[in-house]
Amino acid sequence: MAAIVEELISIRPKPSDGWNVERIRKDFPVLRQTVNGKPLVYLDNAASSQVPVMVIERGAQYIEQEHSNIHRGVHYLSMRATTAYEGAREKVKRFINARDVKECIFVRGATEGVNLVMHGYGRKFIGEGDEIIISALEHHANIVPWQMLCEERGAKLRVIPMNDAGELLMDEYQALLNERTKFVAVTHVSNALGSVVPVRDVIESAHKYGAPVLIDGAQWAPHARIDVQDLDCDFYTFSGHKIFAPTGSGVVYGKADLLEKMNPFQGGGDMIKSVTFEKTIYADLPNKFEAGTPAIASQIGLGAAIDYLNIIGREKAAAYEHQLLSYATERISALEGVRIIGTAREKLGVLSFTIDGVHPHDIGTILDQQGIAVRAGHHCAQPVMKRFNLPATARASFAFYNTTEEIDQLINAIEKVIEVFV
Amino acid sequence: MSELSELYQQVILDHNKKPRNFRKLETANRSAEGYNPLCGDQLNIYLQVEDDQLKDVSFEGSGCAISKASASMMTQAVKGKSKQEAELIFDEFHRMVTGRLNEEKEPNQLGRLTIFAGVRDFPVRVKCATLAWHTLHAALNNQPTISTEN
Repeated sequence: MAAIVEELISIRPKPSDGWNVERIRKDFPVLRQTVNGKPLVYLDNAASSQVPVMVIERGAQYIEQEHSNIHRGVHYLSMRATTAYEGAREKVKRFINARDVKECIFVRGATEGVNLVMHGYGRKFIGEGDEIIISALEHHANIVPWQMLCEERGAKLRVIPMNDAGELLMDEYQALLNERTKFVAVTHVSNALGSVVPVRDVIESAHKYGAPVLIDGAQWAPHARIDVQDLDCDFYTFSGHKIFAPTGSGVVYGKADLLEKMNPFQGGGDMIKSVTFEKTIYADLPNKFEAGTPAIASQIGLGAAIDYLNIIGREKAAAYEHQLLSYATERISALEGVRIIGTAREKLGVLSFTIDGVHPHDIGTILDQQGIAVRAGHHCAQPVMKRFNLPATARASFAFYNTTEEIDQLINAIEKVIEVFV
Repeated sequence: MSELSELYQQVILDHNKKPRNFRKLETANRSAEGYNPLCGDQLNIYLQVEDDQLKDVSFEGSGCAISKASASMMTQAVKGKSKQEAELIFDEFHRMVTGRLNEEKEPNQLGRLTIFAGVRDFPVRVKCATLAWHTLHAALNNQPTISTEN
């Protein structure tokens, strides 16, 4: 056992492997603190990632020097705020390789992104007897809105099942598709298990039946490149606060022709061309979907977070994160009585596990006492938990500022849990 | 780690492993289901109430060590008590784990339940410790289900 551990430690990725993690960590002020007397080990990145100085300063600059409302003032500050806000949209467009900025709608997170599509597209185009396909891996955010729609419209929700590793059964998906399939909504990466979904195949097959596809990219966006044109997805949504931007920021991409024919999401200011008591003419894209004053500072922060990712190098960050996940997987696998939940061949960022005889909340509390932040619970994915006959799991999730030493601390802390309970 | 050993005392770990009165009560004439949607803890409390006395108490369910041990020790603490006495212990227990009762200085009926005093240092775990008690309260007052989030 000791020999295995030594061997594993010897394969630890080192900073010389092209990633200077200590330098990167200096960009994240939140990491410089102790929790319960121990240095903070933040392994809850799949819930929300931390914010680098560059993003904090950009948000602060807006508040200190540019704060005003967008799209309406002729005055200096409003023009500056509008330029910064629309500049962030331009960055998002390049980040996801959209054809046009008007296809990038700002929302307060992926949940709002899904809801926007459900209301704007679903309520207009999906009716009685129609079918919507989602997957067994979905977060509640990509289940509940579609259930609500099905209930309202008399449509039917169908679910792509998964195997014991946490991989979708693509043959079963093919069997679910038919002429009544009017929409497909799947996650790009499971937030509870880390499984990567072959979304390209999902999209291609759905298109044969003319069904548009929404991809929930909340867990993919922090780790890998997004190219909405290459994927040919109809909608793609992600949260800013999971890609190193403040909460309240996020994007839903939609193909322009679909967004054009959809209903607006919310009504109000900024989404109109003209209003009379008889009729309102809606604004052009993207404003049609952005009623009211948005989270301006947060969305400008999202633009800065994209800049930051480009500066540090997304490919290098992804390669390093991959090493972290492999290392953590190997070390946890070597622990007796610890079981990894979700063993898909292709995984990103997330390591869910259970310890025999210990409830995940007790794991979470004991880890927290050692300064280690993990998520313990159902991860807003109760059907995934049910599939594995578990009430909950503990989940460590990684970002490019985590270190192999932190993973070692996690392992020590898990051993401590076992010591307390067994 | 001292707070931690305060929370996970040997007695609590023992009740977690071998919960007492952990079964469905065939003679029950009251029951209620308690649910914590935030963490998924779920338990059922069964009561046999006769002439205002809790003749028998049992529980079933799944949850963390704190919630399970709390339910187990609660069944022992309230068995044979009157409804009023059980509600009084609930009130004292609730005040203790939320830091509003000093079990060492103020007179109380908590007895061995003071072992849960450490929960007050872990505010997010208070709901785990009180779920069984809220469910007992619901059963005594003929509410079929309770949720910690309502």
